Amino acid sequence: MTLTIIEPKPVSFVAPVVAVAGAFCGLLVGTAHDNPLLGVAIGAVLTAVLAFVWLSVFRNERAARWLTFLGFGAVGFAYAGVPGVVIGLAFGAFFGWFIFWLGEGRYRAKLPPYSTGMQVFLHFLFRVLCGAIFIFLITPILVVMPLSFNAENFFTFTPEMLRFDPEGYSLKHYRDFFTNSDWQQAMWNSLSIAPMATILSVGFGTLAAIGLSSEHVPFRRAIMAVLISPMIVPLIISAAGMYFFYSRLGLQGTYWGVVLAHAALGIPFVIITVTATLVGFDRSLTRAAANMGANPVTTFFRVQMPLILPGVISGGLFAFITSFDEVVVVLFVGSAGQKTLPWQMFIGLREQISPTILAVATILVVISIALLTTVELLRRRSERLRGMSPG
Amino acid sequence: MTFKTTLLASTALTVAAVSAQAQDMANSMTLVSWGGAYQNSQQKAYVEPYLAANPGVTATWDESSAEAVAKMRAMNEAGNVTWDLVDVVASDAMRLCDEGLAMELDHDEILAPAPDGTDASDDFGDLIVSDCFIPQIVYSTTFGYRTDMVPDGVEPPSTVCDVFDLETYPGKRSLQKRPIDNMEWALYCDGVAKDELYDVLSTDEGVNRALAKLDSIKDQVVWWTAGAETPQLLADGEVFMGSTYNGRLFSAIAEQDQPIEMMWDMQSFDLDGWVIPAGLPEDRLARVLDFLKFATDTQRLADQAAYISYGPARQSSAPLVGQHAELGIDMAPHMPTDPANAENTHLYDYEWWADNRDDLDAKFQAWLAN
Repeated sequence: MTLTIIEPKPVSFVAPVVAVAGAFCGLLVGTAHDNPLLGVAIGAVLTAVLAFVWLSVFRNERAARWLTFLGFGAVGFAYAGVPGVVIGLAFGAFFGWFIFWLGEGRYRAKLPPYSTGMQVFLHFLFRVLCGAIFIFLITPILVVMPLSFNAENFFTFTPEMLRFDPEGYSLKHYRDFFTNSDWQQAMWNSLSIAPMATILSVGFGTLAAIGLSSEHVPFRRAIMAVLISPMIVPLIISAAGMYFFYSRLGLQGTYWGVVLAHAALGIPFVIITVTATLVGFDRSLTRAAANMGANPVTTFFRVQMPLILPGVISGGLFAFITSFDEVVVVLFVGSAGQKTLPWQMFIGLREQISPTILAVATILVVISIALLTTVELLRRRSERLRGMSPG
Repeated sequence: MTFKTTLLASTALTVAAVSAQAQDMANSMTLVSWGGAYQNSQQKAYVEPYLAANPGVTATWDESSAEAVAKMRAMNEAGNVTWDLVDVVASDAMRLCDEGLAMELDHDEILAPAPDGTDASDDFGDLIVSDCFIPQIVYSTTFGYRTDMVPDGVEPPSTVCDVFDLETYPGKRSLQKRPIDNMEWALYCDGVAKDELYDVLSTDEGVNRALAKLDSIKDQVVWWTAGAETPQLLADGEVFMGSTYNGRLFSAIAEQDQPIEMMWDMQSFDLDGWVIPAGLPEDRLARVLDFLKFATDTQRLADQAAYISYGPARQSSAPLVGQHAELGIDMAPHMPTDPANAENTHLYDYEWWADNRDDLDAKFQAWLAN
């Protein structure tokens, strides 16, 4: 028995595995042609035969992979033109690689040599599942982006777009967003509501988190539960409650009403992130500061605040995104004068399916990615400062 | 006694009218409508001209007509009416009026007469279906089909019964997810005469007969709830034919150049118009009444037709309908009320549906779920 476990595998093992992958790809193609079952059958048979031929009849990896790659591309072109080529080449590249990766046994290269067959199987099953979840989460967002460059006023991939003809693409929906007064008003409302709500959330949330993390405060858990509740209670219930409450106070339909409602929704995020940073905060530092004559306010701003700042900022970003993306509460608490971007998108989607919504969605996705990247960078920085990670 | 009441009432009205004029009017209005091309036509035809003539006044749109009844109930309960003028379909206006959420109006008192002096109530005629309702437009729910999906060697579909003919016209259809119109079309295509539709539908056998007819195409139907869905489905080629509001089809055909054609046969007419929420403060009410008088006069309603293919509700507006504001095509042939389009129409019975809606909704939903 040698330690070399990278050894060729029998076709009787490779062909069925490849057939399963082929069946899945066949399902995708078949569904696009309204015949999923036939797609599954063709995909499975075709790829299994291919695996058999390449591994037992013509075992020349380099040539076989090129043939698969180009062959699938040609078939794709024959069936669906330019977009078919792209899909065909992708499938060809994958299956050419997959057949030999399995057939030569290379899939065990990075696993411990003592792994049992079951362990190897579970290892890859886990990865496939993770990949599938990722794809199902991301694909809908990715589909939106090219559609937002549609030259027509429908959510449709036109033949021109599929041919990659420049005529099929246009920036007119972006132009519409930046010139249409409704959209501009909505963006302005969002941009004036979200920062104010964020400031209130961060202010109250940070203070609450610091207070709740000191041990002498009574009923800490109960207070915490109440403050976190906007995150747990269904949004529609909070919204309806706020509507009737704010109406009595005369806040319904006002700028400050929406700001307060959004601040209430953002506070839990700030409390959670700041509480998490406070866990790593050394209380003896505040005592040391007090010992040197600093009053609590100075201590907070000079000692505590700089250390918990990453938590405060990431909480603030979550609060900002909450307010910026929120549609249910603003529909209740706001009036037409406080129409925010999500509100405008909601009515646009319901009354008139216009790709301007997709253009806005694309812009918002980009902003969200930028904000979340900032959060992640801040988190790494804080870990580095605290010596928790070598980065 | 009667005389005294009348006298008192008319005195009160006169006083109210005088004080309304004397009093300052509010400087902002919140108008509620449907968004999209329809709201745009209102904006262009009368809101912008009104604001130009009254500097300092602002108008804000709230695109909430789809849930107007629920929202007006909530506002009434919360004691905080933020809307000034609400655009609703006739059946919603009737409900709002019955519940006391909309204000009852004297149409001749508050609306402008026709240019020839005809009273507003005569000019609008039968279209004033409720004391709270000021009609603006007549629209219809009708079918459109994709011209490139008609099978080779077959005449394009021309009657509503072609929707039920899967053999000649195979493909998906989109229908509105509600019993209104669909039940009548089904019975009509099952051989019931037009004037007997509601008699048949009043019996359990009639309802089952309509559902059985719908059953024959059920697995080919995509159900829609928002007016924008059918044009999207047609543009996608997801459906061969589908029902929606005629203005949406006009927009897809004339403004977006989609390969779609209208089918006017058995188009189902409906009305859309304004209601004023009950309990407005006097200054806001005064502003709304001032705007309303302007926005529903003969010329303004005709102007609206330059932006959308819905028929003006005033008889006196019809001769003034001109050309599309941007495309320059004549709008009259695209109106649901045009004689060529209105050869065979369906007038849906508001009162019958008001009485039977809940019952049929339940049956329809149960049938859908099966």
